[in-house]
Amino acid sequence: MPVYSARVLVSLRPSVLDPAGEATRSAASRLGVEGIVKLRIGKAVELEIEAPDLATARERLSLLSDRLLANAVIENWTLELAASGESSGTSSPVGEG
Amino acid sequence: MGIGVVVFPGSNCDRDVRWATEGCLGVPTRFLWHEERDLSGLDAVIIPGGFSYGDYLRCGAIASFAPILQEVAAFVERGGRVLGICNGFQVLTEMGLLPGALTRNEKLHFVCEDTPLQVSPGHCQWLKGYGDGETIHLPIAHGEGRYQVDPGQLQQLEDSGCVVFRYQANPNGSVGAVAGLTNPAGTVLGLMPHPERACDPATGGIDGRRLLASLLG
Repeated sequence: MPVYSARVLVSLRPSVLDPAGEATRSAASRLGVEGIVKLRIGKAVELEIEAPDLATARERLSLLSDRLLANAVIENWTLELAASGESSGTSSPVGEG
Repeated sequence: MGIGVVVFPGSNCDRDVRWATEGCLGVPTRFLWHEERDLSGLDAVIIPGGFSYGDYLRCGAIASFAPILQEVAAFVERGGRVLGICNGFQVLTEMGLLPGALTRNEKLHFVCEDTPLQVSPGHCQWLKGYGDGETIHLPIAHGEGRYQVDPGQLQQLEDSGCVVFRYQANPNGSVGAVAGLTNPAGTVLGLMPHPERACDPATGGIDGRRLLASLLG
């Protein structure tokens, strides 16, 4: 069965305050890096999944992202998915929630 | 009459709850290990504070899939009373038994102090011992207690009397100063403050006692 590589990016919804991001942004300016006008912290979850085909892999990972990896009340997610061996980072997002 | 206290790997207020319910109030109490499924003979279930499963991913997220909580969800369907304290409140929101989410405190600090709360008991069965608008003091101890819900839903919660505890000094930046919520049936209650730490005069106030004594009638 083919193995697919995936990356789920979880980010806070724009309306949700990110105090950790704000604290990091103020550290950036203390470091002397100027001009950072926005900094928000999310999560990147890297996965490998065995599935009969890409569509099934996408379906399972979408369920996982919706139900576990992200909390829809406060977070959005995007899914990058590619056959294993390819760089998942260069594939275009194929799902979001 | 009996109370079950859920114990996850990482729970740390389970024994405090049992001390309060059994030691201070005399209600028979038993621990419910997260892999169990037996709720027989229980009138109420309490999900205590702590760091369930290490709180990896998000607070309460992994716990919400525990076998015991599938039974707790069915218990709620049957009208059973469930109380979630601190991490237990986070678990109840992750399970979808209460709306919204608990997020990182606005000022990033872990807050650990006694805090004044306004109680609006409404239809919540857990709160029948309190007067409407009464101010009580309970301890809080959390890093992720900032309640978050969209403004429309907050209004709905306010209008339906589901916001039962409000912070008077909002220590974490919660929207609407929400400290505790009930479900429309008034059977499920989630709150960030710790009523079980305010049941014995030896450890400070006893304002939490009436909440945990609500089963005694």
